Amino acid sequence: MWIDLLPVALLGGLLGLDTVSFPQAMVSRPLVAATLAGTLFGHAVSGLLVGAALELVALDTLPFGASRYPEWGAASVVGGAIFATHPSHPPGAMEMSMVAALATAWIGGWTMVKLRERNAVWAARRREALDAGARGAVIELQLLGMTADFARGALLALLAYAAFAPLTTAAIGTWGTDARISRAVVVTVAASVAASAAWKIFHGVTGARWYFIGGLALGLAMLAVE
Amino acid sequence: MSASAIAPAPRPHGRATLPLRTRLAMFLRLLAMQGSWNYESLIGNGVGFCVEPALRLLPGGVHSREFKEALARESRYFNAHPYLAAVAVGALARAELDGESPERIERFRTALCGPLGSVGDRLVWAGWLPFCSLLALAVFGLGGGPVLVIAVFLGGYNAGHFALRLWGLRTGWNNGLHVASALGHPVLRRGPHLISRIAALATGIAIPLALHRVIGPGRVLIGGVLIAVVLGALLIVRLHQRIEGWRLALAALVAFALFSVAH
Repeated sequence: MWIDLLPVALLGGLLGLDTVSFPQAMVSRPLVAATLAGTLFGHAVSGLLVGAALELVALDTLPFGASRYPEWGAASVVGGAIFATHPSHPPGAMEMSMVAALATAWIGGWTMVKLRERNAVWAARRREALDAGARGAVIELQLLGMTADFARGALLALLAYAAFAPLTTAAIGTWGTDARISRAVVVTVAASVAASAAWKIFHGVTGARWYFIGGLALGLAMLAVE
Repeated sequence: MSASAIAPAPRPHGRATLPLRTRLAMFLRLLAMQGSWNYESLIGNGVGFCVEPALRLLPGGVHSREFKEALARESRYFNAHPYLAAVAVGALARAELDGESPERIERFRTALCGPLGSVGDRLVWAGWLPFCSLLALAVFGLGGGPVLVIAVFLGGYNAGHFALRLWGLRTGWNNGLHVASALGHPVLRRGPHLISRIAALATGIAIPLALHRVIGPGRVLIGGVLIAVVLGALLIVRLHQRIEGWRLALAALVAFALFSVAH
């Protein structure tokens, strides 16, 4: 496990950086981040499975303005990496990977707030130079913030993986619920969050509920055909 | 936006175009706009950072008084959607190089914050992002592999993302302090509404397909899960003001894990 820490930390740092600081290309969304983490361990499909479940939950937390939200980049790396290290998908692996990712996302959101407060302190220390239009101060502040964000994501991914990977292995050893039922619980929870998030986003849009019902009918018809 | 902020003004040393190198530098810096985001000046320092390559073109260059005053002005408090902030960066670069008065620039900056924030939030965060996410989930539910799912999501999302930043920078530069009229562009006015409808359609398609792919075959189980999802969603909507859905999900999964381990 210890040899896995470095790549997990590096990927966590890069994707944590993407969440807000650079380049916000949404590589940090769970669907992508968990799949990349799975690929790191040679099991991209495992990463994709847990990434899809996490993506459903992440629909609940869109990064509006200065609102506080969970940090999905580093968190999804942790979830994807843990699930990919159990490629036979034993009962409990997906649930524990989800718990690890969601808990990390929560802590990650808190670390982002702390980083933003730290950025304000760094800006205050350079106030005189910034007010004088010093080019070096503007650029330095920007680079300092991004470097700190990378370090934040890397450290978070490293610590979370180190804590949750052994916990997951231990939980799998004593897991007493059937594999399919366990997964059904995960997707029920995730899809419930996604459906409620969709309602929050779209309920004010004229006609959106009919589009949703139409889409649901289409989705169910596709399932029936399968 | 106030009328005084968009009224015409003389352009003492205005220029028609920015050198390609400057435009490229500004565009790359736009991707790092939020690098020093903080609760005091929000993206203010990021705006200064992005405008800086253009300010180097002021008479006297980086050591001149004009450059320093302009950079100090542009690095103050600013708030906008990070992608649509490109409009502000282009317009402010134009205003500074055109030699607009500091008062007009200050008024313009203040007036621009609100529209660029609300339009961007509706168009991107509440529209384009969930749409691309749900589209990729639908592809996943239909059996798409990792490469295809990621390509659909990142390709689709970033086509819109980069196009919006490029359009914003160009539009801001071309219009300067008159950029308010460009915010009436049909994509910005009608886009959020249209994308929201398509995203609602994608939600309906994606959720049953995605959960079927994660669980595996079995109609009885899928049927039970779908009913549970409807009930769960209703519960979360009712609890909306009290607890966020993702926190509830974490609590439910932790409880289930404890039950399964102890069982």
